[in-house]
Parts: sequence; C-alpha cells; structure tokens
Amino acid sequence: MDLSDQDKARLDGSCGDAVALAMRILTRSAQVMGAQRLIDIENAHIDGCLYHGQASLDFVERLVQGDGKVVVPTTLNVGSLDLIHPELFRGGDELKSSAQRLMEAHIELGCESSFTCAPYQMKQRPRLGQQIAWAESNAIVFANSVLGARTNRYGDFMDLCAALTGRAPYCGLHIQENRYGRIVFEVTGFPQARDERDIWFAALGLLVGKRTGSLIPIIAGLPADTTEDELKAIGAASASSGSVAMFHAVGITPEARSLDVALGGKQPEAVIPVDMNDLREVRATLNSASPGDALVAVSVGTPHFSLAECATLERLLARHSRPLAVDFYVSTSRYILWELEESGSAQRLQDFGVQFVTDTCTYITPVMKQTRGLIMTNSGKWAHYAPANIGVEVAYGSLQECVLSAIEGKVCFHEQ
Amino acid sequence: MSNDTALDFTADTVVTGTGQGAALFLRQPLSFWGGYDSIEGSVIDPRHPQRGVSLAGRVMLMERAKGSSSSSSVLAEAIRNGTGPSAIIMRERDLIVALGCIVASELYGIDVPVATADDAAWKILTELPDTARVSVQASDTGCRVSVQA
Repeated sequence: MDLSDQDKARLDGSCGDAVALAMRILTRSAQVMGAQRLIDIENAHIDGCLYHGQASLDFVERLVQGDGKVVVPTTLNVGSLDLIHPELFRGGDELKSSAQRLMEAHIELGCESSFTCAPYQMKQRPRLGQQIAWAESNAIVFANSVLGARTNRYGDFMDLCAALTGRAPYCGLHIQENRYGRIVFEVTGFPQARDERDIWFAALGLLVGKRTGSLIPIIAGLPADTTEDELKAIGAASASSGSVAMFHAVGITPEARSLDVALGGKQPEAVIPVDMNDLREVRATLNSASPGDALVAVSVGTPHFSLAECATLERLLARHSRPLAVDFYVSTSRYILWELEESGSAQRLQDFGVQFVTDTCTYITPVMKQTRGLIMTNSGKWAHYAPANIGVEVAYGSLQECVLSAIEGKVCFHEQ
Repeated sequence: MSNDTALDFTADTVVTGTGQGAALFLRQPLSFWGGYDSIEGSVIDPRHPQRGVSLAGRVMLMERAKGSSSSSSVLAEAIRNGTGPSAIIMRERDLIVALGCIVASELYGIDVPVATADDAAWKILTELPDTARVSVQASDTGCRVSVQA
C-alpha cells in the first residue's frame, strides 16, 4: 500500500496510541477492500454507540485511554438509551450502565452528541462532491444519493478509525467512475397526492433494494416535487431489503440531472418496469394486519422524523377532534425536538398524546410500553426489522392511516 | 501428524492468523447481528436452517456475508467470549466479517484468520464429513489450508 509520510507517522505511534490503533485497523481494512491508498475525509458519522457487548466498549475505551480525538466534524448515530428521557428505558441495569458509558465515551473522543440516524437533517451537512466516512445504512444512502457527498458503506470500528485519522481507503463510491447507475427502475402511475403517497416511497425502496443486487439503481418516474423526506424513505427501505449505498432519481437527485448523466453515458444492464400493482404487493408482504385488528401502538420516525414530517403529523392530528386511543411514538433527534419545543409544536403534539423518543429508536431498544401485539408504522425500515428485533407484528400504512388507526384503536386502511 | 492428511491447498489471505478445528459449513449466509448469540454461542436467526448450531472452535465456511455492519461488533464479541469460530473461509471477501476479526486481534490478541477459497477448494471443503479437521495458516504472503480426514 502507498502510505503518505503522515500516514506512516500515524501508524508508528508518533501521533499517540489511539491514532496508531485506528491506523492499523484502517490499513488492514484497506487491504481487504483492495485500496492502494488512503484519502482525506472531511466529515464522519459513527454508528458505534449502540451497545452490542463488551467488545464495543473495550474498543472505544482503548481509544479514550490512548488520547484519541476525532479530527473532523463527527456526528453520532443512535445509542441504546434515550439520554433525554432515560425513564423510558425498560431493560436491565447492567445493560443500561454499559450502554450509557458507551455513548459518553464517544463524546469524550470529541464526537458531537447528536445521537441521530438522520445526521443529514442537521444544519451543517456534507456538500456535493465532499469525501466523507459515514456509517448507518440509511445515512450512507442519503449522503451519496441526495447530498452527492461520497462515502462507502462504513460501519462499526471503521467509522471511528476514519474520524480519528481523517483518512479512508480510496475505493468504491469515493471514486467518480463507480457512482454511475447501472440498472433502471421505470415507475409508472406513482401517486401524486402528498398525504397518501408516503408509504409508496418506502415500498418502492424495498422493491429496489431487493432487485438491484450490487448495482447502483436509477429510479425514473417519481413526482417532480418529491421531497427529501420521501427520498429518505426510499433510501432507508432499499438499504434494509438490500445493500444499496446509493441511488439516483432522475431529475431529482444531484448526480442524475438526466437519465444519461446518471448512467454515465452508458447503456443500462437492465430496465425494470414498476407499477402500482408491484408496490401493492410489497406493501402486502410487510403487513400482518387486516382492517379492524386491534392496535397496541403506532411508531413513526425510522429514520428520525424531520421538522416537515412533524408538521404534517400535527396537521393530520388536528383534523380529528378525538384523542389517541393507543400509544403514539415519534422517534426523532434531540435537535429536532428542541426546535419543536421552541416553536410550541412539541407541546401541541404531546397534548394530542404523542410521545417523543430521542437519541435512540423504538425498534432497537426496549422503550415502548407494549411490544406484544400489533404495532403500526409508515416506515419500510421499521416494518422490515422490527418483527425480528423486538418480536412485534406490524401493520404498515401511510402516516394518515397511522393517525386514523391510533384514534380508532384499530387498523384502518384507506385502500384495501 | 499422521500420514492420512488428505489435502493441502492454498487460499487467499483476508485476515492473517492461524486457526484449526472441525469444519462447519453454513448452508446460508448468516448475519451475526440479530443472527448469533455471542454469549450462549448459537445461531438464533429463526430463518436460518442451522438455528441452534454453535460456531465455537469451528472452521466456519460461509460463502458470503449478509446483513448489518453491526455484525462486526457481534463477531468481535463472540471471539472475545470464546463462542466465535477459530477460522473463517469464504468465497467472497467481506469487510464486515474481516473487521470483526481484525478488531478482535487488535484488542484481545486472538487471531481468527479469514481466507477466501477458489471453486475447487470450496467444493472439497463444503463436502467434508463432520469429523474432518481443517487447519488455516494465513500470512501476508498467502494462506495454506490443510484438511485431515
């Protein structure tokens, strides 16, 4: 491998024990990836603060003891605890203290206490063409696709090594030639009405993730006014059902001004037509509920709810004069919650009965009061992972249907 | 070593180290996160055909990886706990699996080698009887796999 003088200094311990450990892991990983050299990165997002056992903690403590500090702006993904609402935690004391220490140790390394899976909703976010090292599958796909920043699919350990050294292996999506789409999904008949279309983006993402394999997908035929939140839903779902790290949406995402640009001037390897029947089929596979089934809770905000999504939720809740009959959880970041508190929106949503979960997510840690029974979501990612993670049954519907169902206390779908 | 050593062949080193044990062929890719209990040492993915099987001390044969990058942490934790495999042979290079082993080696000094095998070697390895012992010696210059029937 071709290492710079500074890389060699990092490796030989001149920059401290933590940097040397990070550099060893980075160079060994670069060899696995087949990279010839490392490049500078300008931003990192770390997924290591979710507690998976002693090894998670040992790694970070070793970096703390070795005087490690991040050298680029670094955000943190969700942890196992809601540090703002710790009373919500329903797990054991030992897990709680280890999980809390893991989150705090990351802050000692200089990471920002963001604890969100949607770091792209923060004020400072990567720009088009910037080299970054991000972890968390939905954040990776959003950064590459919607922001046009460049990251590979980093994960546990590697992300922190990149943040401590400011370096990453030069390969994969860091290189322009590897960012073109190779397979086209031609969508026809996609719904245009804003309030009803949210779950179809997630359903489309699940379909794309399943069928694109290792190729970068190009999606054509989305509404011209497709929002960032809707692109977020596609990305999160496609990275759940497959290993998508980037997609293009023709005329919408920054590296897909046209189909030809997204393809890099080449012919696609395949063109797959997608219509509403295909998407209805996806929706049906995620749904284990029938209209009228009793509901125990609703959970939305996977990935974390944005300000715009909270505003939509408030508008939908305000349409009904009746109270919520079941628990209604909104997972979001502490930053979004603070903004909602400032504007008064948080109080209004809480008055409707909404419970905010920050710093974590309802499907990775015990925070919901009831997990036996049917829980409704509009998130393709939540619907995909929650049954295995926390043993729930899932009803899958639009945000509008989630609100109506939560008021009725039973599953209501607009479209059968 | 007795003279009934059946086979000796080369593979590509992904992570250096030496390990041996009885071969265990995972018939489907396993996501360690959500799929392996690193405390008990057993496959817990309800959809995996080898649910309940332990990887402890085995030479794990898995064609390719799948699932979340959190699998690196769970694999490192299994190696720390002694519930992880003693060596891993795959068909495709995988960073998530490699990282779990690299970090276990850096943190705990436990080397679990990872190698990739070609078609011919893979066929032989995956058809071995349970009693066969496999030894993996992976260095920067290459990897040697020996099978004792």
